[in-house]
Amino acid sequence: MKTETVTALQAARVERRAVVLATRLSDASETLIYPDRAEGTLATDAALLAAAHRAMEIGRSETVDLGGQKIFLNVYVPPARLIIVGAVHIAQSLAPMASLMDFDVTVIDPRRAFATDGRFPGVKVMQEWADEAFEKMGLDSSTAVVTLTHDPKLDDPALEYALKSDVFYVGALGSRRTHAKRQERLTEAGISAEQFARIHGPVGLNIGAKSPAEIAVSILGQIVEVRARRLEALAGPKVVAA
Amino acid sequence: MSDALDVLDQVGKWKNSGKGVAVATVITTWGSSPRPVGSQLGVDESGAMVGSVSGGCIEGAVVKEALAAIADGKPRLLDFGVTDEQAWDVGLACGGKVQVFVEKVG
Repeated sequence: MKTETVTALQAARVERRAVVLATRLSDASETLIYPDRAEGTLATDAALLAAAHRAMEIGRSETVDLGGQKIFLNVYVPPARLIIVGAVHIAQSLAPMASLMDFDVTVIDPRRAFATDGRFPGVKVMQEWADEAFEKMGLDSSTAVVTLTHDPKLDDPALEYALKSDVFYVGALGSRRTHAKRQERLTEAGISAEQFARIHGPVGLNIGAKSPAEIAVSILGQIVEVRARRLEALAGPKVVAA
Repeated sequence: MSDALDVLDQVGKWKNSGKGVAVATVITTWGSSPRPVGSQLGVDESGAMVGSVSGGCIEGAVVKEALAAIADGKPRLLDFGVTDEQAWDVGLACGGKVQVFVEKVG
């Protein structure tokens, strides 16, 4: 592996860009394959590019055999991002747990008393309205959004924005009754029934969670499940033995 | 994935300080194996390690090959854990099989 390759992989992470490092096992010659270009000494043909783009899409590294050459495709995707709207008590458990699971965590809350770095050591805290913060950050398909404020004027704009993006998970804290009222408001705001159905609400797996930390576990469990099912679906149906 | 990038961060630091460095990567697994394909172990010329390619079972053998790769610059393809009994020998108690590619950085 070239030193420049190490540098390029680090840069791709900072810029949240996906990249595949293709390495020919016979001589370690290598090429970095981005969605739109390739850079390196290993020659890329259509078959290699297609294999690399597929590996990138399903997020799975693998060794492929192309014309008798063994080539290892190592997929580097940006860490999944969790955006928590509401710097509340549950968020204080959810943020560090999600960090442990390698999520890139951001907590957003416009209220000064809540959104302090002291309450959320080690994660990004933005004291802003969620929709304005989302606009700056850019939501993508490796992002999950969870709203926790219970306050429609904080949660609703975040949900509206998230539902119009391709984030892989949207969750909203609140009882069934709260969720039904939420649907009325968001429908009035122009969110379709299909879009609304993307919200996991009441949020989290039903594991009888009560304390903030338990609720954080149920939310993270659901996010892990949703992400795994999605990757399974992208990787194609499993072959079932007759 | 971010695990692998943390490994590369340390590898970059070692290179910048002028050390010889090698990277070992899990490229194929069969059956139960402790670390998924793409997992990486960085090794510097003194044998210091970052990351992992197993649950600690085969790292010793991989480091030895990594030091050899730093010395001669040649890439290596290593196979571990062919049978349960051999798995015990090399330390892959799970009985899985794993193929590891080792290459010098730079």
